[in-house]
Amino acid sequence: MKNIKYIAIIALGLVACEPELDNSVEDASFYSAGTADFSTFVSVGNSLTAGYADDALYLDGQKHSYPNILADRFSHVDGGAFTQPLVSDNIGGLMLGGSPIADTRLVLSGDPLVLTNLVPPTDNLAQPSTTDPTNVLVGPFNNVSAPGAKSFHLLSDVYGEASGILDGTANPYFVRMASSPSATMLGDAVAQNPTFFSLWIGNNDILSFATSGGVGVDQLGNLNPTTYGGNDITDPTLFHGTYDALLNGLTANGAKGVVMNLPSVTSIPYFTTVPYAPLDPTNPDFGPQIPTLNGIFSQLNGVYAYLGVPERSIVFSETSASAVVIIDENLVDLSAQITAVFLGSPAFVPFVESLGLPAAAAPLVANLLGTTYGQSRQANANDLLVLPSSSIIGTINQDVADGLEAQGLPAAMATQFASEGITLPLEDKWVLTANELTMITNAQTAYNNSISMLAAAKENVILVDVKAAMEQLSIGGLSSNGVTITGEYATGGGFSLDGVHPTARGYAFISNIILKRINEEFNATIPETNTGNYPTVYID
Amino acid sequence: MKKLLSFVLFFLAGSTLYAGGYRVSIQGQKQLAMGHTGVAVISSAESVFFNPASISFLDGKMNFSLGVSGIIGETRYENKTYGIAENTNNPLGTPFNVFATYKANNWLSFGLGIYTPYGSSVEWEKDWAGSHLVNNIELKAIFVQPTIALKISDQLSIGGGAIYANGSVNFNKNLSRSLVDIDGNRTNVTIKEKGISAWGYTIGIMIKPIEKLNIGFNYRSKVDMVVEGGETDFENVPSSLPNDLSDGTFNATLPMPAEITAGISYEFCEKFLFAFDYNFAKWSEYEALTVEFSNDIGTSTNPRNYKDSETFRFGLQYKACDKITLRTGVYFDESPVQDGYFAPETPRNDSVGYTGGLSYKVNDKLSIDASFLYLHFEEIDNSYDHYQENGQNVPFEGTYKSSVIAPGIGISYKL
Repeated sequence: MKNIKYIAIIALGLVACEPELDNSVEDASFYSAGTADFSTFVSVGNSLTAGYADDALYLDGQKHSYPNILADRFSHVDGGAFTQPLVSDNIGGLMLGGSPIADTRLVLSGDPLVLTNLVPPTDNLAQPSTTDPTNVLVGPFNNVSAPGAKSFHLLSDVYGEASGILDGTANPYFVRMASSPSATMLGDAVAQNPTFFSLWIGNNDILSFATSGGVGVDQLGNLNPTTYGGNDITDPTLFHGTYDALLNGLTANGAKGVVMNLPSVTSIPYFTTVPYAPLDPTNPDFGPQIPTLNGIFSQLNGVYAYLGVPERSIVFSETSASAVVIIDENLVDLSAQITAVFLGSPAFVPFVESLGLPAAAAPLVANLLGTTYGQSRQANANDLLVLPSSSIIGTINQDVADGLEAQGLPAAMATQFASEGITLPLEDKWVLTANELTMITNAQTAYNNSISMLAAAKENVILVDVKAAMEQLSIGGLSSNGVTITGEYATGGGFSLDGVHPTARGYAFISNIILKRINEEFNATIPETNTGNYPTVYID
Repeated sequence: MKKLLSFVLFFLAGSTLYAGGYRVSIQGQKQLAMGHTGVAVISSAESVFFNPASISFLDGKMNFSLGVSGIIGETRYENKTYGIAENTNNPLGTPFNVFATYKANNWLSFGLGIYTPYGSSVEWEKDWAGSHLVNNIELKAIFVQPTIALKISDQLSIGGGAIYANGSVNFNKNLSRSLVDIDGNRTNVTIKEKGISAWGYTIGIMIKPIEKLNIGFNYRSKVDMVVEGGETDFENVPSSLPNDLSDGTFNATLPMPAEITAGISYEFCEKFLFAFDYNFAKWSEYEALTVEFSNDIGTSTNPRNYKDSETFRFGLQYKACDKITLRTGVYFDESPVQDGYFAPETPRNDSVGYTGGLSYKVNDKLSIDASFLYLHFEEIDNSYDHYQENGQNVPFEGTYKSSVIAPGIGISYKL
């Protein structure tokens, strides 16, 4: 009996003890949704909406997707539940019928982790992905996004058809969440009758062209997306029409929403990390070769001068870093002329002999020089080397070396002429040249104009200038609550290891930028998220 | 590459560690009920703690007191900027005390005290918003105090004792606000050590200038709990991290500061006893907690910058009848924590303690003592500004409100 008394006293104490604030953040009226209603929030987009990072979609990335962060914030103002088509693991990647069709996520790795590289080493996680896109999840999902989706894909009724995954007409990430194989992404979003939406689309309409080093086609004037290749630039008129249809669909029931414009490719580390002049004369693998290389190239430079293109001359400095040699598709192909000039020069045979080759090899060498350097030049500040080029610059392209050897060059010399970016001009895919960048920028400007204009025409749709925020990353960075993120690869904290997609912290910054606009435009007082608590890059 | 190095180091920088500074003033059920006054009160064996000199004046050949309280404490933390609301889930604290006195002859008395004047149990939800400062901490210290008192005259006695302290610490925090392993688990460290021993002393003077009026002084020395070779346990460390974050040992010193108490007690209207104590705790000795790790973290210095603090205690005792004595008290406890150093390991601002209790005399020898403490804290907006990431101070701020109650029970026995 006595015991019960004491237990009662203690229990009473526990209740009485609960400290409560006079004005708690958990009080219903503490924060306000203003004129917006977040009870059904639907987010539509591509990888940036899915929470893609480190070149993969994985659970922690999805947890930190910008719409998921927003939904968590909206929960303070009666926001509804937010469901995402979660992948099966934290490994990332996709497995189709037992074969990997998307890589696992990248992590900083090494034993020990090497810190002396221009680009710190990354590895894909070794475990196999357990996410099979043909295991279709039961929705609906508030996050209707598919990594890789371009604007027009959101209207495609074959985008969720599993049989189209391998030929690229369907998207495995949409296949696994589509309400039916013939569903469209827009349709699945609209069917949820959203009260509030976010739309961030169009990035891939230029980005796949950019990340591929511009190997695709600028489809300006072509309004039929079914004829587009994966790396092509979408025609701006097509983009405008598509975007109009998307906004009309999403606002059809009166939903309010937010749209994001498209950042410049030059604000992401995928294009800003590898310098155009990375060849360091103090590098023992490169420096000692410079006199020999300059000796060979002086012959070529003489021909360039003779042909009236001295700007194509190749010279490596012995005191400062030199630019890599690249193929520029926009140069006139002078292969045949170069070969002819060499063969017509009385000095050529002695030059060939000076290389230790017989005089009979002169036609072979002239042909080799012509074909290799017919469309090449050294890179300049206007050329953007893509991130993956860092792993091949200065390495020997064994296929090329073997080919040269097969043509009759001694093995040592074949190797010498197969050094990527030094004697072997970098292929188109490694470099975004100024011309290619212009195509991208033109399209981006047109898309962003469309987004601004179409958003402005909708009464309850607001535009968030993510483009300006991303530009800030390369000029000082973005700061809040003790953290600063910049656009620097791996160490800047803003971008994940693929150099294109934000880190969790980057997504948190974007979420706060969006929230600020929502608070301003809809008279809401939604609390921001604490960016300092979000991880950046992952170390194995 | 220098950048990357600093970026990795930044994960490790400013590993703020905390321990210390949680005085638990529950050293005797009778005196707690009177606002934890007692330096000038002659009542029971509890005086071994409050003023060793006063055991000279106790009735009886031998006196015993023992008691225990249950501390039920909880702290609320909220941050309006980020919409955070968290509560601690502290385990029940159980400070106890055992006191005995023995009067060898008219002028010489001995005493022994075993009590727990320092301790802290704060447990936040793992990986909560302030987990870079603390996830949970448990500090315990048991003091054993053999005591001797000399009655110099009927108006004056002096006493003192050696203090042997035995303590333990177990503290877990995340290494930074955001470092995780590849599975997203927060990298954290636990430091723990048991059986930390240290020595100190206490001395007291009791003066009875006139009938019914007592004046007492007590000085308790600083006790430094020095940990050498304590255990560290790092969890969820990325394996490729170029820095050594392996488990190892740590060295640290956790000060338990010197305390001076002066007070009076006065009997009036036959049945009433009034007591007043003034405590001065030299917390300013606690400038920083410095923890030396055996791995690459090295020495972690964490500013605390405590200030000396005062407590004013008032107690009243009323002998209701032969069997029952009622007690009540109030005290105003100044926190040693200064603005900008308000860390969630000791979410302690100034407080007011309201106490009450009673003794029930079972017979001439035995009585049962009950006590109750309610510690009231005002809501406070404050921050800890000295956590660093990347060489930059990152404040952890918010609104705190704590609440503590401590019911206690004990017995006194007199021979």
